[in-house]
Order: sequence, then C-alpha cells, then structure tokens
Amino acid sequence: MPRFLPRPTLGFIQIVRRHFLVWRKTSAASLVGNLGEPLLYLTGMGYGLGRFVGDIGSLPYLVFVAAGILSASSMNTATFEALYGGFTRMTRQNTYHAMLATPLGVADVVLGEVVWAAVKSLFAGLAIFLVGTLLGAFPGPQAWLALPVVFLAGLVFGGIGMVVTAISPGYDFFLYYFTLVSTPMFLFCGVFYPVASLPEGVQTLVAALPLTHVVALIRPLGSGTPPEDVMVHLGALLLFALTAYPIAVLLIKRRIIV
Amino acid sequence: MEQTDTPPPDGAPLLRARNLVKRYQGRTVVDHISFTVQRGECFGLLGPNGAGKTTTLRMIVGLTPADGGELTLFGLPMHPEQRAARQRMGVVSQEDNLDTDLGVAENLRIYGRYFGLPGALIEERLERLLRFAQLSDRAGQAVGTLSGGMRRRLVLARSLVADPELVVLDEPTTGLDPQARHLIWQRLRTLRDDGVTLLLTTHYMDEAARLCDRLLVMDHGAILDLGTPRELIARHVEPEVVEITGQGDPPDPATLGNPDGRQERMGDTLYCYTRDAAPLMERLSRRPDLAVLMRPANLEDVFLKLTGRELRD
Ligand SMILES: Nc1ncnc2c1ncn2[C@@H]1O[C@H](COP(=O)(O)OP(=O)(O)OP(=O)(O)O)[C@@H](O)[C@H]1O
Ligand SMILES: [Mg+2]
Repeated sequence: MPRFLPRPTLGFIQIVRRHFLVWRKTSAASLVGNLGEPLLYLTGMGYGLGRFVGDIGSLPYLVFVAAGILSASSMNTATFEALYGGFTRMTRQNTYHAMLATPLGVADVVLGEVVWAAVKSLFAGLAIFLVGTLLGAFPGPQAWLALPVVFLAGLVFGGIGMVVTAISPGYDFFLYYFTLVSTPMFLFCGVFYPVASLPEGVQTLVAALPLTHVVALIRPLGSGTPPEDVMVHLGALLLFALTAYPIAVLLIKRRIIV
Repeated sequence: MEQTDTPPPDGAPLLRARNLVKRYQGRTVVDHISFTVQRGECFGLLGPNGAGKTTTLRMIVGLTPADGGELTLFGLPMHPEQRAARQRMGVVSQEDNLDTDLGVAENLRIYGRYFGLPGALIEERLERLLRFAQLSDRAGQAVGTLSGGMRRRLVLARSLVADPELVVLDEPTTGLDPQARHLIWQRLRTLRDDGVTLLLTTHYMDEAARLCDRLLVMDHGAILDLGTPRELIARHVEPEVVEITGQGDPPDPATLGNPDGRQERMGDTLYCYTRDAAPLMERLSRRPDLAVLMRPANLEDVFLKLTGRELRD
C-alpha cells in the first residue's frame, strides 16, 4: 500500500461490531426474508425455468442457477449495504464524524464498512446455501467452500460500493451505478447462462468484470465439478478488492476530512 | 465570580497553536491565530457566526488539516492521522452526531469500544456516566426519544467515556432551556475541578463569564483579544453602563450629556458607557419619559464593541 495512504488499525473490528449490533436489533425480522427470497428464486427459476432449459452441460438447471444466485446475492447484498447504509451513515446520521472524533481514522471506518458488507453477504449467502442444500442445489460437502468466496465477493463489491458512495451527491446517483454496472453484471456475467454462450468479443469484456470471477469460482464449488483457473479468478478478485479499498479511503477522506 | 480571576496554572501548555491557518476555496477562514491552553484551565472561544470557531476546533481535534502554522497537543504535532492525541480527548461537536441506531447506554458502550477500551472497564464506567448525565433511568431508551437537553448531556457523557485529559466542546448549551444549561455548567465545573482541561465555544456571554478562566475573542478568522473575562472588560469598556430607551423616538445623545463617556445606539436604545454613572443618572431622573437601566459593564459589551453590532450571516 502506498505511503501516503492512511493505514487501518484493528479498531475497524469495533465498527463491524457496531453494525452487527444494529443489524441484530433492527433486522431480526428480515431473517424470514433472507430465507424466503432464495426459496422463491430457486424454486421459481430452478424448477420453473429449468423445465424448459433442461441441463446446462452436465448440470441440472437448478444446480447451475443456484450457484449463479449465490454469486449475484453476494454482489447485491454488499452493494446495497455500502451504498445505502454507508451513504446514510456518512451524510444523514453523521456516524463517520462521530467515529473520527475517536482514535479511529478514515481507513478504519471504510474497512469496517467493507468488512461489514462482506459479513452481510455471508449472512445472505448462508441463507441461500441452506435453502439450496435442502432443495439439492448444492450437492456435496465441497459446496461449503463457496462461502469463503461469497465473503471475498462481499469485500470486492463492498469496496467498489464505498467508492460509489464517496462520489455520490445523493441517493439518486446510485441508479447510475445499478443501471451501468450492477445490472449488466447481473445479466451478463454467467449468473443465468454460461458466459461461453456470449459472442467472443463480449466474453473478453465480461472477463474484466468481477462478478464473472465470482461465478467462475462458486459454480464448480457449488456443483461439485472441478474448478478451473482458480488462481486467476482468486487473483482477479483480490486485485479488485485491494484496488477498490484504498481508492474508497482516499475519496471518503477527501470528502469528509475538509 | 472569583474563579474567573485565577491565573492559569503553570506548566507546559496542553495545547499550543502558532499561526494556525485554514482556507476554504481560497478564502482564509482561520487567519494566523496563536494561543495556548494550559493544563486544567477552561478556555473559551468567542466570536460571531462564521468567525472560525468550529473550524479552529476541528483542526485541534484532527477532523481537518491546517493549511499553515503549527499545532501541538499533549506535546504531539496534531493532524488527522494523530490517533494518540485523540485517545486523550473527548469531543462534543456542534452538530448532534449521536448514533440514532443505538440506545442511550449503547451509545456510550460502542463509543468506548472505538477508543479500544476493554468491555469490563466500559461497563464499570457506564453507570457513573449515566448518572453524571442524569440519564440513569433512560439507559435502554432509543436516542430518538430524548429531549434536546438529554441528547446534549448524552453527548457530553459520551465524550468522557475514555477519561479524557481534554474535552473540546463546540457550543455545548446552544438551544437548551435555562435548567438544562445550568446542569451542563455544573457538570463542566465538576470536570474542571477534577483537573480536566476544557476548550469550548459559546455564543452566551454569561456562560463564558461563568465558566471560562480565559477567553479568546475572534472574528473573520483573526484574534481580536485574549484574556480573563475581567481583563477583557477592564481593557475595552468603561465599568458602568446606562441603557436608555425612549418612548417612540430614541433619545438624542446630545441632550443627555455624558462628557466623559461613550455612546452607542442600537434600535431604540442608547447605551452610555461611563466611569461614573451618577451624574448621568442624576440628569436622567428629570426625564420620566425615558426608561433607564444602570448596570455594570459585562462581556456582552466587550463582545459587541470588538465585533460590532451588525448582524452576521
Ligand atoms: N467545509 C467548508 N467549506 C467551505 N467553507 C467552510 C467550510 N466550513 C466552514 N466554512 C466557512 O468558514 C467560516 C468559518 O466557519 P465556522 O463554522 O468555523 O464558524 P463558527 O465561528 O463556528 O460559526 P458559528 O458560530 O455559526 O458556528 C464560515 O464562513 C464558513 O462558511
Ligand atoms: Mg461553529
């Protein structure tokens, strides 16, 4: 990490704990939603659409799409938390200012947000994983290894989300990010169909997007097929995470330490 | 008000600002100010809206970098990455930034964790802090249900969670009713008696006179004067003031005769500053049409003389 960049301390853990406490207080009710939504998606897409699609490669469509939904959920959960949660705390609630009047610094605050976004991705992923396992969408014990990837994906999209939060004038701005970045990834990065079915030029483009690498890791792990190019995909995700975080720190710092 | 005359205690200053500068978009909002705060004293910043008080405090806390000058706190150079200094101070900011997602006691608990305090120590302090803020019976309540005075007391208690040597307070009593203000004053005096250094801003001159050992008056980012409340009054205004209000038209100063004094008019009131108000009062006794009030000069007179009577903002 470059020297001019403020360094985080372990104090970020206290920020994660704070977010967890608030989540526990306010979102106990959303647990039902956490289980209900994947159930709807998996049965609706897996069985409903699966009847027409049949198998993709060697995988039943339910198994194929469950990995995609798990991947997309890690992206969406972390993105929402970093955008709406982060922006609200930064602006309306002045939470960051209160934190920065303690020994904590911007690097801690942003790391706390990003790690918390990843923890939330993990929670949502766990719900999908449990429901999917009951439906037989995640065969085999190796499927558990998809969960660390979900966490890593949360770090990536939490970091990117914090960059967006840092430059957002308001909540409306997020629509640009969803329309231009998030939704295209959702539709083109292999969540619902193999990337290989896209035209070659588009495939190259899609390979540069983080969600592609998340799906490429989670699908073989979830379905029990041998993963390919693990290091490439892991490396790409680490690169995204380690680039987004310092950019977010610098931008948030420029915005609030004025 | 005996305490306002005690000189600052000796020893190395806890805070030293030298030629501190802050600019926003090329506009200088803090303009080469220098001052020191001694350990254990209550130091006040006075100034009209926009004078640069909050900006000065934000530099001291490390919420904004200075554009020039030197700032030393606890002997350490102060800047936004200086965590060690923030470990030793508490902050009551001008805007309310309590954690509205958390309850009253949780606000203190979580804040203590931000300072890296062990859980057991926080729990030990919690009860005392709640009592200090007179919020013991509201520990479990949501922050949103508190009155303005309670919120302010909670912010004050929160600033004390890590047992700070310095507490920085930006307008700690603005918007509070007299009862709430008196309670906060009493708490601040308790802190001062315990040896905690206080640095505060206020728009209330009675508050400044009651609490502060020394005052700095600033405007447009620059220091106008610095001293004990008594020094400032002695230096800038005559000891006695006669306020004269006419029915309808304001009285004409020339007809009153106040040869050794100084007059100022504000709306329908004439302020006569004088060394000896007796002759003037004698003459005024023949004017039953005028409402007359004689009083000793106070900080408000100093403030208005130094910063002018026009409205800011
Ligand atoms: N972030 C900022 N960007 C641009 N200008 C700013 C910023 N913060 C403060 N200022 C300007 O700096 C000047 C000093 O502001 P400051 O808040 O320090 O005044 P103050 O003495 O605390 O006033 P008040 O009594 O109203 O709180 C003002 O003119 C203000 O508009
Ligand atoms: Mg202010």
